[in-house]
Amino acid sequence: MNRAPDQAPTAEPAASPLLEVRDLSMRFGGLLAVDNVNFDVRRDQIFAIIGPNGAGKTTVFNCVGGFYRPTSGSVTLDGQPIHRLSSHRIARLGLVRTFQNVRLFKTMTVVENLLVSQHTQLETRLLPGLFKTPKYRRAETEALERAAFWLDKVGLLQVANREAGNLAYGQQRRLEIARCMITHPKLLMLDEPAAGLNPQETRDLDLLINNLRAEHGVAVLLIEHDMSLVMGISDDILVMEYGRPIATGTPDEIRGDPRVIKAYLGEE
Amino acid sequence: MSGSPLLEFIQQTINGLTLGSIYALIAIGYTMVYGIIGMINFAHGEIYMIGAYVGLLVITVLSLFGVDSISLILLATLAVSILVTGSYGWAVERLAYRPLRGSPRLVPLISAIGVSIFLQNYVQLGQGARDVSMQPVLVGGWRFGPEDGFQVYLSYMQVLIALITVVSMTVLTLFISRSRMGRACRACSQDRAMANLLGIDTDRVIALTFVLGAALAAVAGVLVSMYYGLVNPFIGFIAGLKAFTAAVLGGIGSIPGAMLGGVVLGLAESFASAYLRTEYKDVVAFALLIGVLLVRPSGLLGRPDVEKV
Repeated sequence: MNRAPDQAPTAEPAASPLLEVRDLSMRFGGLLAVDNVNFDVRRDQIFAIIGPNGAGKTTVFNCVGGFYRPTSGSVTLDGQPIHRLSSHRIARLGLVRTFQNVRLFKTMTVVENLLVSQHTQLETRLLPGLFKTPKYRRAETEALERAAFWLDKVGLLQVANREAGNLAYGQQRRLEIARCMITHPKLLMLDEPAAGLNPQETRDLDLLINNLRAEHGVAVLLIEHDMSLVMGISDDILVMEYGRPIATGTPDEIRGDPRVIKAYLGEE
Repeated sequence: MSGSPLLEFIQQTINGLTLGSIYALIAIGYTMVYGIIGMINFAHGEIYMIGAYVGLLVITVLSLFGVDSISLILLATLAVSILVTGSYGWAVERLAYRPLRGSPRLVPLISAIGVSIFLQNYVQLGQGARDVSMQPVLVGGWRFGPEDGFQVYLSYMQVLIALITVVSMTVLTLFISRSRMGRACRACSQDRAMANLLGIDTDRVIALTFVLGAALAAVAGVLVSMYYGLVNPFIGFIAGLKAFTAAVLGGIGSIPGAMLGGVVLGLAESFASAYLRTEYKDVVAFALLIGVLLVRPSGLLGRPDVEKV
């Protein structure tokens, strides 16, 4: 865990997990919302966290993404501890997320939403911006091209200049994913991406997530209630209940686990 | 009061637009900060006052050295005042707001009022509490109308104020709508936490809005000190209050709203002093605010906050 960051990537790329969560706990006053959670996400993995409402899934997300500072435990991305960093630094290290509710910049256009998220990759100094140097223009053109590529990918190219808030719900969801992907993340975190989608849109989402991993090499960590989606695309699943992890395993293992069945269906 | 009502109306419109330009320039500082962090910068009036002092100081120094080119004086004064006042704006954010980020809303409000009191007294100690005056830099103007009756007077200074205000606002609008940093500002004003998660350094964006607001207040301060040739450490209070009113009138958080609010407020005050009595101008200004808020609670150009459940 205390490896120097410069030797981490080349030394053991396949063996070392991309994200390591160790002994993660989060306490809000008297409530222990997350109690000692451990899991790893590998580089090419789709990893899901499931559990009943209030199980602490989103709190885990918020701790990993830097939204909360965990009470104890550590989160390591690519060998680098990130649980003390602020969100924008974590984002620059390659971890981005969506939320349960859509959080687009609603009064900006679709393409502007994608340009904003490239902010860190673009030069933002004042003077080149004011004088529009050739370098600035070139970078701006490249940013537009990348935006167009991703809009095409998620099927939103024809609505590029619409205000994001006016898109249909499913389109807004896809725009959010595009907005994350355009930053070249190593790990994409999706908080209930299928919530509010119709069955067709959910199937499209399934294809999109698989495609992102296959073509763009991104690992995906997701929270989801839609079991058809979770069981279909996840490599590994972590089940939580009352803030505690109760099982980890492949979809088949999870499906047959008596503790999971008990948590979901109640005890007989 | 004998004379053409039309000419008098034109005169009051000119005066109102001049005053409104100043209000609008200051109001933008309030509205931008509110747009990003949802708080009122109560030290903003004092920032404007400092801009006016720096303006007066630079003009006096330049005239001591015998510089008499208007454009040179203007450019140098604006540049120095924007620079100095901008640093004050940055310092206000750094000292009174950033350390308190995440604390209840009332806390930074109080600290900003503290900064405001501090700045007022600090300038009093350094410059004295009395009016400081200087020779007007730009005198003269045009007169229109009959030789023997009421004449409309349009001073060069009024034209200059309108011109500089329009230029400043155009530059600001272009910056906000076209540049990357401006895009980041708009993103932050819609969802600061999300912008941060996408890798935007929101602290830097917040600091930038304070500096931009202070720069525009500096422009207003320089123009006022050239227009009236008179400043004192207390001008920030009433100007700040009026500009804040203008920002709320136009819809707080909206930059075009602040511009419009400033002009509307300036015109209202000017007409009230002319057609009622001078004493009524503040009454009319604030009555207008109440009236507009009763009909449009989010201001003239503000977007109503629709809470989605």
